[in-house]
Amino acid sequence: MLSIADRTFRSRLLVGTGKFSSSAMMVAAIEASASEIVTVALRRIDLEDPGDDIMSMLSRDRYLFLPNTSGARDADEAVRLARMARASGGGEWLKLEVTPDPRTLLPDPVETLKATEILAAEGFKVMPYMNADPILALRLQDVGAVAVMPLGAPIGTNLGMITRFQIEIIIEQARVPVIVDAGLGAPSHAAEAMEIGADAVLVNTAIAVAGDPVRMARAFAMAVEAGRDAFESGLGRKQIEAVASSPTTGLDFLK
Amino acid sequence: MVEIYSNLVAGEFIVPPFQELGPLIGARTAGDVEKALVAERIDVDLFAALLSPEAEPYLPIMAQRAGELTRRRFGRVIQLYAPLYLSNYCGNRCAYCGFSAENVIDRRVLSLEEAEQEANLLAERGFQHILLVSGEAPGRLAVDYLAQLARRLHHRFASIAIEVQPLSEPDYAQLFLAGITSVAVYQETYDVEVYPKVHLAGPKQDYRYRLDTPARVARAGMREIGIGALLGLSDWRLEGLALGMHLAWLRHRFWRTAFTVSFPRIRPSAGGFAPMTWVGERQLAQLIFALRIFDPDVGLVLSTREEARFRDGMIGMGPTRYSAGSCTAPGGYSDPEQTGEQFAIGDLRTLDEVCLAIRAKGYDPVRKDWDPVFQQHAGGEVSRQYK
Repeated sequence: MLSIADRTFRSRLLVGTGKFSSSAMMVAAIEASASEIVTVALRRIDLEDPGDDIMSMLSRDRYLFLPNTSGARDADEAVRLARMARASGGGEWLKLEVTPDPRTLLPDPVETLKATEILAAEGFKVMPYMNADPILALRLQDVGAVAVMPLGAPIGTNLGMITRFQIEIIIEQARVPVIVDAGLGAPSHAAEAMEIGADAVLVNTAIAVAGDPVRMARAFAMAVEAGRDAFESGLGRKQIEAVASSPTTGLDFLK
Repeated sequence: MVEIYSNLVAGEFIVPPFQELGPLIGARTAGDVEKALVAERIDVDLFAALLSPEAEPYLPIMAQRAGELTRRRFGRVIQLYAPLYLSNYCGNRCAYCGFSAENVIDRRVLSLEEAEQEANLLAERGFQHILLVSGEAPGRLAVDYLAQLARRLHHRFASIAIEVQPLSEPDYAQLFLAGITSVAVYQETYDVEVYPKVHLAGPKQDYRYRLDTPARVARAGMREIGIGALLGLSDWRLEGLALGMHLAWLRHRFWRTAFTVSFPRIRPSAGGFAPMTWVGERQLAQLIFALRIFDPDVGLVLSTREEARFRDGMIGMGPTRYSAGSCTAPGGYSDPEQTGEQFAIGDLRTLDEVCLAIRAKGYDPVRKDWDPVFQQHAGGEVSRQYK
């Protein structure tokens, strides 16, 4: 089971709601993904409108809505968006995204840390999107993030786990769940993230823009399960050499 | 987030009862040992395998692996330090210690001037890193004394560490500002059943307060913490496992702190205490190799409790820090006739002789690996932001 803050989840696949060809397709794909956490851009929805196309089609009993601050360029903007969302009934869960560069959409570490500290102190359950920087992960955890979401590769690139070694360090050091977000273009990328011990992954584009988003969602779901099972069964990973049969190390000095 | 052991991430460090740790080691196989020897990182289960009897035939391979990891992280160097004993007064009765309150020995607490004179002698002999040591007698040697001494000394030494009774977090913060960079506090035994049998009177009887000390030290902002277990009180395999778990827990809580581990074996001392369990050199070596493989980044200390032959042999196999030319009686550097020592030294060579031996092994004896400029705190405020 995946535990984040005070909630537990059976699925370790988080999905996004953007970029689908239709709301109906979005709902079908999310169902096929078996995901229990869906992220939704605050700028895309009207929390106060019960007829909002995204909000009305996904049951809050079944899914944890994870509003994100996509579009925010600095901490001030992200904090304002988050407060506004909570005031409109969006709850305290938040995927924090602060991306000042509209070209790469890479997260700003300084503003992300600032916003996390402010929002965590206000009772938000903050899950910051971040570059795969181990020290930043620790700093975010120290100021109250309930999970960290390092990127596997820049968003939308489909490059997979190009930050793998950094993410391995983050996983080893973190006391909060590590959710790999962004850049995972294929189920094998998601499996790789899970095999090295990530607690979960978030996938949006790769599912939403697939020829058949429903089948692709299922493929990711299976890959995430396969990767997790492999990790938990003790994958024989990174064997650096065979055990030397006749070592030359002298221990004759031992009495 | 990796759960190295189920309770490592919990709020406070819980030592599993030794009866539970036993089966953890007993269940390990030779296959587990081989897995541990080729893995890039190992968890507590594989660490247990390296501590188990199953690992004994693999000792030379463990030595090789421990050596590789140590060279990769630390290079071909051994850092040197000397202890400076300030006082042998002690309000505790600890069965294994020469300073124990009921022992009849020459008791002495150095004046600040005497302590400074001892420190000057160590500086003249070439030491840059010193460890201030005392028994537990706050009435005779209080925090203020340590702070004053540190202020007098800290511009003359690269670093000053202390090994004294457990203190409060504000006390540690005060000492940090005075120029002390690191604190050693050994649990002696993690075995809750044996602990009260050897700590017979005095404040040291409080197992929990002692166990929580490294966390207080870290919160106070100290750079480095030394932990350890006194070998010869309980089963060394279980002791080693608990020690490794404590280290892993501390690492997860206090990522800004560096850690070292010591493996003191009980030495002959006043009181004539006989070790309750036997730990030979092969066992000590196995423990050192296992811990190095479990934590490639931790500093490993091998003091002059061990004989020259063993210390020379272990160079390049895990340890990173050696003491040298040590005397464990207060005032013993100025007056070699001084009695009242904590225990008998095993390696009597001078610093220069130890340095020669290290060089002969192809390693560099490093006398200075820090600088007092790190301790010149601008505002005098201890940062408590990152705990």
